[in-house]
Amino acid sequence: MQLPSPRGPLSEQVVATLKGDPDGRAIDFSDADPYGEDLTIALHTLYELHYGGFDGVHPAWEWDPELLRLRARIENVFLEQLRSDVDGGEDVDATLGDLLVEHVPGSGVSHHLRDNGTWDQMCEYFAHRSVYHHKEADPHAWVIPRLRGRAKAALVAVEFDEFGGGRADRMHSRLYADLLEGAGMSSGYLHYLDDVPAPSIAIVNMMSLFGLHRSLRGALVGHFAAAEITTAPSARRMAQALERLGADPRCVEFFTEHIEADAVHEQIMRNDVIGSLLEQEPSLRADVVFGVQATEHLESRLGAHLLSSWDSGESSLRTRLRWLVSQNG
Amino acid sequence: MTEARSRRVTIVPNGPVLVEGPVELVTDDGTTHTSDRFVVAVCACRRSKRYPFCDTSHRKRVRSDDSPESQDDSR
Repeated sequence: MQLPSPRGPLSEQVVATLKGDPDGRAIDFSDADPYGEDLTIALHTLYELHYGGFDGVHPAWEWDPELLRLRARIENVFLEQLRSDVDGGEDVDATLGDLLVEHVPGSGVSHHLRDNGTWDQMCEYFAHRSVYHHKEADPHAWVIPRLRGRAKAALVAVEFDEFGGGRADRMHSRLYADLLEGAGMSSGYLHYLDDVPAPSIAIVNMMSLFGLHRSLRGALVGHFAAAEITTAPSARRMAQALERLGADPRCVEFFTEHIEADAVHEQIMRNDVIGSLLEQEPSLRADVVFGVQATEHLESRLGAHLLSSWDSGESSLRTRLRWLVSQNG
Repeated sequence: MTEARSRRVTIVPNGPVLVEGPVELVTDDGTTHTSDRFVVAVCACRRSKRYPFCDTSHRKRVRSDDSPESQDDSR
């Protein structure tokens, strides 16, 4: 994977450092938007060192103390903003209960795509979500050593299912690559990253943040449960949208798999993982609630971005021209 | 010789029946549905569009109040 294109002075410095061309100045980003393009791609680039790394970037940068110091400063800006944007609290059951209610008529992105979405909008959505699905379930694996007993065994069972139950061709990240190929898009790892704006990337940054910090294990588990609870109904609508649009069966398959898988995962995450974790560590209640609320907050920002772009007849991606060229090339 | 372990079935109140996989489910029309997932959620409310598998259709439905959250949900 190539280093991404910088989106401002902070990401410029991160990319220049990783290219071996640092300017050595301590950058002041105190007024950077915590959800803005520059800070978000800078943080994503620093996290990517822990996943697949970059072509031509020495793997030792992953543990470079100066880069880790910079990452910690960026993480704090992002985390503080997330904390100040959510309600907080400690009532885990009520927080999850809110997610277990279906609103009729619903009005989210999957409702729009099911009822009125165009194929172009569907492909844009695939590009947005590819930033996560290429590494589906990877950030959550980091929490495994921080769990004990039933919480660990249950989370590992869910992860095993995410990773295809031991079969590479059934890994959810592989099913997403198949979806992209079925849609005539590139299935290359993070191929669309430069096209995707901050709201989608920030969601993946949140997962990496929660996964990499033991102190945020409660938030990671809360995030994971929230994602599993909300996926099955939206996957059902996405499958309907794709059938209406006459999509390749590989596109539909990704979502039908998620209807049945996440109906199971939701139960395991709520009862076994969260239940057991909070029996062992009741003090993590507020962190679990935070993980759920932060997920809903960032998903809601992405939803607003997608629907407002499409309402005004615009692309939700950053670089429509590049996007079209890469589609045809 | 190891004793066969009992298969656990968990009944979720107002939800599916969770059965340790792999399973074969036979519906009244004689069709066999298979799943080799570690746990399979079997629909108990009969509302699933993927019957006999749960698709979360058992969930409580409420009239939307057009709140900003429901407007902006990205999923």
